[in-house]
Amino acid sequence: MAEITSLEAAIAENVRDGDTIALEGFTHLIPFAAGHEIIRQQRRDLTLVRMTPDLVYDQMIGMGCARRLIFSWGGNPGVGSLHRMRDAVEQGWPRPLELTEHSHAAMANAYEAAAAGMPCAVFRGYVGVDLPKVNPDIRFITCPFTGERLAAVPALKLDVAIVHAQKADRRGNVLMEGIVGVQKEAVLGAKRSIVTVEEIVDELGGGPNAVVLPSWTVTAVAQVQGGAYPSYAHGYYKRDNAFYKAWDTIARDRDSFLAWMTDNVLNRREPLRRAS
Amino acid sequence: MTDYTAEEMMTVAAARALRDGQVCFVGIGLPSAAANLARLTHAPNVVLIYESGTIETRPDVLPLSIGDGELCETALTTVTVPEMFRYWLQGGRVDVGFLGAAQIDRFANLNTTVIGSYDNPKVRLPGGGGAPEIATESGEIFIIMRQSSRSFVERIDFMTSMGHGTGGNSRAEAGARTKGPTLVVTDLCVMEPDPESRELTVTAIHPGVTREQITAATGWPVRFAAAPADSPPPTADELAALRALNERTARAHAGA
Repeated sequence: MAEITSLEAAIAENVRDGDTIALEGFTHLIPFAAGHEIIRQQRRDLTLVRMTPDLVYDQMIGMGCARRLIFSWGGNPGVGSLHRMRDAVEQGWPRPLELTEHSHAAMANAYEAAAAGMPCAVFRGYVGVDLPKVNPDIRFITCPFTGERLAAVPALKLDVAIVHAQKADRRGNVLMEGIVGVQKEAVLGAKRSIVTVEEIVDELGGGPNAVVLPSWTVTAVAQVQGGAYPSYAHGYYKRDNAFYKAWDTIARDRDSFLAWMTDNVLNRREPLRRAS
Repeated sequence: MTDYTAEEMMTVAAARALRDGQVCFVGIGLPSAAANLARLTHAPNVVLIYESGTIETRPDVLPLSIGDGELCETALTTVTVPEMFRYWLQGGRVDVGFLGAAQIDRFANLNTTVIGSYDNPKVRLPGGGGAPEIATESGEIFIIMRQSSRSFVERIDFMTSMGHGTGGNSRAEAGARTKGPTLVVTDLCVMEPDPESRELTVTAIHPGVTREQITAATGWPVRFAAAPADSPPPTADELAALRALNERTARAHAGA
């Protein structure tokens, strides 16, 4: 059964230095508040896994939490670069960042393989491209039935999966709706999991095919209203696209980045909200 | 005739290439603008799929990210990302993959990974995302890019997504079972691969653009078809639809 607890306690108990963790959410439901708590608790040497590192990993990388990044698309969507990620890769600031780079198809298949208890994922991919030359985790196998050459990547087994969802009930069952990405796969493929939710309710109210994580598949649930901001929670608040654009300026420079993080993360415990 | 920009000409020319009823896997940015313009003009039944899992989406404004709420709210259905890549893309249900890139070569191979060497890059770009598999699992590929000698290069620094490889039959020999790039639309012209060599060839020139401009904006000695067509300029209806879309989008992304 999931423990319903505070975000601070959930991170303190479940995220350890050196862990392999994923804060998932494909543009939607990105667990920003949880990322900020990890920054405040100064976790180090993490292997961060995420298909799209997004602003949340730009912030964690820039604050020195990460040793390695496993990812498939590292930009600020529709805006440009993740400047803190680039600074870590290009200049080693604040510490060098080792990259393990995949395609989206590979990451999605690898999360699914972990959830299914498989050692690896097999799919038709990486045909004719250069990533297999720079990522030794990309290999090829021959289909024993047809002889077709197929790509194989290791399952993405996590120490901790962290996701945000709309609702949990009082037993800790979790409901998520909208763009649900790879969150269920990440949680089921992890040793421990933390779910932040917008609200805790008596009845989840999802239909029979809703995406539900039963309480016994989740380690900790914490209510954090606005916990996905500046990404969004379908049915609660919209993505703050203006902030995603503003981040380009904030993160471009080390000093302005550190000043923003000090004011808005280190010296603040409440989740961020849209300015207006 | 109404005035229009080179960017508008490019978006309109790319939109025209999509046929009504086709299933299109849409990249963010220029491809998304062109695909939605097609939907709002001549191809109301084009099926737009985004990698965030949204199927048959009809956004009123262009998404800033690949997973804006607008895409989910206006979609017929939304599936998980593993399902999107496995059942829908790898399952062979996509007719056209619509991509952009930072660099392209004469065989329409694409780089969105690094400028310079991989281990010590001059510029670290976002990476492949969905593109490597979109490029080989969609029935065919349309590419839309602004043209300059920095982006249309003799040799790409990294093969993020395979186009026609080293030309000829090399794409099929590498294991791809689909057509690959059939069309490249830029702000200057339209290019298509030669049926034999697969080298990109200029097949249409946008109004007011000279061959010299195209040659200067291409990092390899670019070939022209025997008689390149003249791209028809944007119609008043196309321009009105595109501008209204861009205005709605700008208002929405400013947070209004």
